[in-house]
Amino acid sequence: MIPAAFEYVAPTSVQEAIALLQQHGDEAKVLAGGHSLLPIMKFRLAQPKLVVDIGRIPGLDGIARSGDTITIGALATHDAVERSGLLREHCPLLPETASVIGDMQVRNRGTIGGSLAHADPAADYPGAVLALDAEIVARGPGGTRTIPARDFFVEMLTTALQPAELITEVRVPVIGKGTGTAYVKHAHPASGYAVVGVAVVLEAGGGTCRRCAIGINGVAGKAYRATAVERALAGRALDEKTVAAAAAHAADGVDVQGDLYASSDFRAHLASVYTKRAVLLAASRAG
Amino acid sequence: MKHKISLTVNGTTYTHEVEPRLLLVHYIRDVLGLTGTHIGCDTTSCGACTIHMNGKAVKSCTVLAVQADGAQLLTVEGLARDGQLHPIQEGFWEEHGLQCGFCTPGMMLAALELLQRIPDPTEEQIRAGIEGNLCRCTGYQHIVNAIQYAARKMRGEEPRKAAV
Repeated sequence: MIPAAFEYVAPTSVQEAIALLQQHGDEAKVLAGGHSLLPIMKFRLAQPKLVVDIGRIPGLDGIARSGDTITIGALATHDAVERSGLLREHCPLLPETASVIGDMQVRNRGTIGGSLAHADPAADYPGAVLALDAEIVARGPGGTRTIPARDFFVEMLTTALQPAELITEVRVPVIGKGTGTAYVKHAHPASGYAVVGVAVVLEAGGGTCRRCAIGINGVAGKAYRATAVERALAGRALDEKTVAAAAAHAADGVDVQGDLYASSDFRAHLASVYTKRAVLLAASRAG
Repeated sequence: MKHKISLTVNGTTYTHEVEPRLLLVHYIRDVLGLTGTHIGCDTTSCGACTIHMNGKAVKSCTVLAVQADGAQLLTVEGLARDGQLHPIQEGFWEEHGLQCGFCTPGMMLAALELLQRIPDPTEEQIRAGIEGNLCRCTGYQHIVNAIQYAARKMRGEEPRKAAV
């Protein structure tokens, strides 16, 4: 499959990239690792007139800690996130999530910024950034703004980004002692995408849940926080029966997607089962 | 508008004018004539088009040739040196790591990064390392054996063959 013809430009600064996006509006698309954009261009689901390749902009792929926040550059590959010692120690949810994206070759090219901007509901990062209350930093013609993850995903393949805005970094909190995290996924057997993926950040003490945040991708048209489960768990014992009862609310209030592989009923069932597993796993790591 | 790219493939530097939409795998096969890199699914799934770009395994059906401007590439044609098979090639030969051979070039280049990362992988690590490469003939066991053979050889050990 061959993409439709397009013009290509590889700016060397964020400023230059934004100017190009501003100038070309809807006719331009941003290319980072290319593992979301190029497949849809090959299917001709996207036919941009201009491709702005930000892959050569220096300084956008770093992972660094500042106080209680870890900043991940938009161009950090899934492989870099998976193998970051800093993240493994202080925010292991992201490396755990990155490690189950696609395969080695995909993780070598795909980027965190590209995946978030594409906003595929079956991608793996959305649940994790929601559960972490991450912030997505975007730069546009009007300057830099910080978008809380909960405001970022608008609908399927649609985010709060403006047409001339670019994600420059993602900020996640340092996970402290007493808090456990987990990402558990039912992968589609052919594509590897999440049929259901559940990310949990859980603060425990004395065998009870002090606070938990649960982000779910793959189930609905956009990733969401399972607030009904979070409420049902707050202050409760973290035994299997209690967790299972709470996890039964994993798909409450969402329009559950159905497809050839998993009907909406089956997917809702999977959402409960995987939420239970993810909560129990996070609880076991909260020590 | 065509773009001038310059890149090194298996140690040889090439310069060409290419259309932006030219996929790297088509550049390698059709422009350079290096047809060892195969096109299987064309959808980033099967791994037949796997090459190394700047030392990392990538699926060249999902990279634009212009993105590889300035890069160092390694394809299956660059594995053997001075007529000597690479240990991974030798492993596939000795352990019957292929039947039809279509997946083999991509499989070997995925195996190369796997062994560069983990010189002494467990069977589970080998299977995880080649999860992005599909084989419809072998059932994978002989591929795993081939990679274990190569791992031993690359570590400087006697590359004893797997019991069959």
